[in-house]
Amino acid sequence: MAEHYKPVKYKAWEMSLEERFQEVFPPLSEREAVLEANRCLYCYDAPCMVACPTHIDIPTFIRKISTGNVTGSARTIMEANLMGASCARVCPVQELCEGACVLEHDEKPIMIGRLQRYAMDYADEKKIKFFNKGKSLGMKVAIVGAGPAGLTCAGELAKFGFDVTCYERKMWPGGLSTYGIVVFREPVEVARAEAKKIEDLGVTMKTGVTIGEDIQFDQLLKDNDAVFVSIGLGSVPHMDIPGEDMEGVVDGLDFIEETKVKPLSDIKYGNRICVIGAGNTAIDCATIARRLGSERVTMIYRRSEAEMPAYHFEYQFALGEGVSFSFLTQPVEVLGKDGRVEGLKCVRMDLAEPDESGRRVAVPVPNSEFVVPCDMVIKAIGQLKHTPFIAKLGEYGIKTVKGYIAVDGKTNRTAHEKIFAGGDCIRSKGEASTVMATQDGKIAARAIYEQLTGKPIPEGTLKKSTDMTIDPAMEKGYALCEHKPRVHAAVTTK
Amino acid sequence: MADLSIDFNGIKSPNPFWLASAPPSNSGYQVQKAFEAGWGGAVWKTVGAPVLNVCNRYGTIDYKGRKIIGLNNVELISDRPLEVNLKEMAEAKRNFPNHAVIASVMVESKKEAWQEIIKRIEDTGVDGFELNFGCPHGMSERGMGSAMGQVPEYTCMVTEWVMEVATRPVIVKLTPNVTDIVQPARAAVKAKASALSLINTINSIMGVDLDSFEIKPNVGGKGGHGGYAGPAVKPIALHLLSSVASDPEYQQSRIPISGMGGVETWQDAVEFMLLGATSVQVCTAVMHFGFRIVDDMIDGMSNWMDERGFKNCTDFIGKSLPRISSFGDFDLGFQSVARIDHNKCIQCNLCFIACNDTAHQCIDLKDMKLTDEVTERLWPVVREEDCVGCALCASVCPVDDCITMTEIDTGRPHITWNQLIKEKPEVLQWDKMIEYREKNHIHIH
Ligand SMILES: Cc1cc2nc3c(=O)[nH]c(=O)nc-3n(C[C@H](O)[C@H](O)[C@H](O)COP(=O)(O)OP(=O)(O)OC[C@H]3O[C@@H](n4cnc5c(N)ncnc54)[C@H](O)[C@@H]3O)c2cc1C
Ligand SMILES: Cc1cc2nc3c(=O)[nH]c(=O)nc-3n(C[C@H](O)[C@H](O)[C@H](O)COP(=O)(O)O)c2cc1C
Ligand code: SF4
Ligand code: SF4
Ligand code: SF4
Repeated sequence: MAEHYKPVKYKAWEMSLEERFQEVFPPLSEREAVLEANRCLYCYDAPCMVACPTHIDIPTFIRKISTGNVTGSARTIMEANLMGASCARVCPVQELCEGACVLEHDEKPIMIGRLQRYAMDYADEKKIKFFNKGKSLGMKVAIVGAGPAGLTCAGELAKFGFDVTCYERKMWPGGLSTYGIVVFREPVEVARAEAKKIEDLGVTMKTGVTIGEDIQFDQLLKDNDAVFVSIGLGSVPHMDIPGEDMEGVVDGLDFIEETKVKPLSDIKYGNRICVIGAGNTAIDCATIARRLGSERVTMIYRRSEAEMPAYHFEYQFALGEGVSFSFLTQPVEVLGKDGRVEGLKCVRMDLAEPDESGRRVAVPVPNSEFVVPCDMVIKAIGQLKHTPFIAKLGEYGIKTVKGYIAVDGKTNRTAHEKIFAGGDCIRSKGEASTVMATQDGKIAARAIYEQLTGKPIPEGTLKKSTDMTIDPAMEKGYALCEHKPRVHAAVTTK
Repeated sequence: MADLSIDFNGIKSPNPFWLASAPPSNSGYQVQKAFEAGWGGAVWKTVGAPVLNVCNRYGTIDYKGRKIIGLNNVELISDRPLEVNLKEMAEAKRNFPNHAVIASVMVESKKEAWQEIIKRIEDTGVDGFELNFGCPHGMSERGMGSAMGQVPEYTCMVTEWVMEVATRPVIVKLTPNVTDIVQPARAAVKAKASALSLINTINSIMGVDLDSFEIKPNVGGKGGHGGYAGPAVKPIALHLLSSVASDPEYQQSRIPISGMGGVETWQDAVEFMLLGATSVQVCTAVMHFGFRIVDDMIDGMSNWMDERGFKNCTDFIGKSLPRISSFGDFDLGFQSVARIDHNKCIQCNLCFIACNDTAHQCIDLKDMKLTDEVTERLWPVVREEDCVGCALCASVCPVDDCITMTEIDTGRPHITWNQLIKEKPEVLQWDKMIEYREKNHIHIH
């Protein structure tokens, strides 16, 4: 029987550890990809393209799949988004492109993410190189942090002809794509291959170098014509409850990182785990724990299902993985014996009447303490900012918003003219995501080019995808002709 | 990167993709916007005799959820004043000197009328002309369009009139609504036309409404034949193109052909070019999706050329033409049989029923014990000795590469029909034919 036509049925107990950590979605077969691509209507001024933060020309890349021009398809994606392979896997597509697809209404949305992955995989398999380093402009830019924001900025700048050096604290570039996103969503190899493509554009990658420790920021600024700060966020904050330092209480990000860099069989995990938090990281930790083999995984969250920060599809995925949820539950103490975790003491919460802002605050129910027996507690309640680093930037007059670096949204420039920033470290509002970080890198690269050369970016580079202007052909066609159509969309509606 | 530019008997174009003479090339705005989008050339919507159009002038056929596999129209030639068209042609050519701007023309069958309009258009600076001898509706009733194209003598005569005055290349556009397209093609060659283009639209009626009994498309309660185009006509267009392109008399003239009829993707375009077209024209696909489709046409074709090491279009134009042959010259000893890959088979049994009901009953459903499921379904299995290699099962199979037609050697003599009846004319009698088959172990049950 044709294996590839069998629906994937996930029965953890029937699969090996390695199998459980394969990508959740199998790649599309050629036939599936072509059928799906042909379902796309090829909308004009397509809403999916508007919804993509990097404005990939989605109808065009899908059409290219349908005509068998998969190489061209991958190029179309990469022109707008150098992290196309990561984004294809990790983007919350239901909230972005696919959520905006016009077929949402009377059919079902096009599987844009999986088609994107199909094209990117094809180009990787064939080892197609799309871009080269631009003719040298004789100017230097340093990038601090080689996550999606830093890598994208580096790549786009290299295409323009800058000499770019990325400084990265970790052993490998890629930021959270390499170290933070669960392998069954994005394998490490994909993230590393993507970073390699940036290096192949002539970007110098200095890994294992922490700016502020190994090299001082002042030095970097002195040696370069511009600096792009993309340091992301740091570790999970303290919960400030008794027993937090006990053995068996771990930082969720460290837990995930282990599954990315270590052989799966070497990872220590508890059999009964409490995960604290209900955001994306918490869901990832819980589902990883289940796939590692943990029998009981409970998410502890102080508010209700309606307030949880994880996306609905993530919640459903976790439920499908057999994760249980304890909503309206606040941890108050980690209990243990001989310094080892044995339980999590919690209190029940209630949602109070809405306050002026309409928000229902969670308040503890008196005398409702109870203990969840467990041998591991994973903290996943957000990420700290790199406060010392950002404080240092303060010396250059750089402002912050809620602890994040403040930038001008059109250029991603900080208050200091040579310092730009992007990615999670500036995300004071909106969802932190790979694709937003990527777009930040592009915006900064363009602004750096324009500022340092004093010229608008060359035609055909970055333009099409960063400016959502109406069809340039329409504008030019209109400008050129004497006998104009009576009503012109570009003139009247935009 | 591959060089897509072409030289079409003196008409230069940055790529082989042209808008066909039709609504997309109706005005200066459209043609210039199309050039901006990447089109290499445009054959202007036919200008000439004064006309008035009707509403509901297009009818389309959808196929199982996919829109517009075919489009028909009862549209006439340009209904904009000639003066305006000429002005805009001049403007487009001025703004896009390196693109191909070609004027399509149709007037009544009078020498003065043709010669006068050609001279007037020449002043606009266009790169060439296309003579519309193909419009199958409205104009033909007035003695123009296909009424001329269907009579080789008229085609020749009018082309000669034009050639007398034209100083730029003249393309003769042929109608498919004839028994043998080679005849009008030869007529154009005889008149020293600079190039040919084909096909114009095919006579058609799109359908009938089951509730109102109206004809589709419905023009105020009435309907009539219109010209059919779009993806559905491509095989017909390819055939007509290859008949002309492989005609020895045409080949002697060495003039180029602009191919069209159902071109929607770069792959379609490559096929037309492999069969001898130097440029391709597109109408319906542009009407469906807009000028932007040219982006993938250019990209896809140049990637395809790069992958194969073709530097210029001339490296592959006409490359498949030598393979165009006819039944009498096919190898009767070429044998293939259907082979099913049971690792891929999804057991829909469409192959079985197709072969059983409509081919040669040589697929059996058998208990093969290929899985260890108790409820294992029966598997389709080809009895190769009975398979005539018709390829129907492979055509209906929904799984890619599941049924392959595999060439085998059965020891049948490699001989063509033409050779056979020359060597053994007696096989034209059934009894002798049976004798010949027995001798050569050809068993057809
Ligand atoms: C567990 C988890 C799951 C996630 N899942 C998704 C998802 O499914 N989809 C999605 O879109 N987003 C997801 N995200 C968010 C996404 O990963 C981030 O928004 C994105 O990686 C931000 O990119 P960045 O370049 O700003 O920062 P990062 O990816 O964090 O990269 C910053 C880099 O800077 C380096 N660095 C920091 N300080 C220094 C220094 N002083 N010197 C040198 N280098 C330094 C770091 O080592 C790191 O490599 C997830 C995040 C987490 C934590
Ligand atoms: C609506 C419509 C109008 C057309 N008008 C003309 C015309 O004015 N002159 C002409 O030579 N061909 C005309 N054609 C024919 C096209 O130029 C072309 O030969 C035909 O449509 C086949 O190409 P396609 O399959 O890409 O549409 C018209 C076709 C359509 C569909
Ligand atoms: S909105 Fe949906 S149908 Fe339209 S172009 Fe985008 S993916 Fe295709
Ligand atoms: S396509 Fe435009 S001109 Fe034609 S019927 Fe629709 S609105 Fe009217
Ligand atoms: S048509 Fe193809 S898939 Fe269906 S039963 Fe036959 S071989 Fe199998």
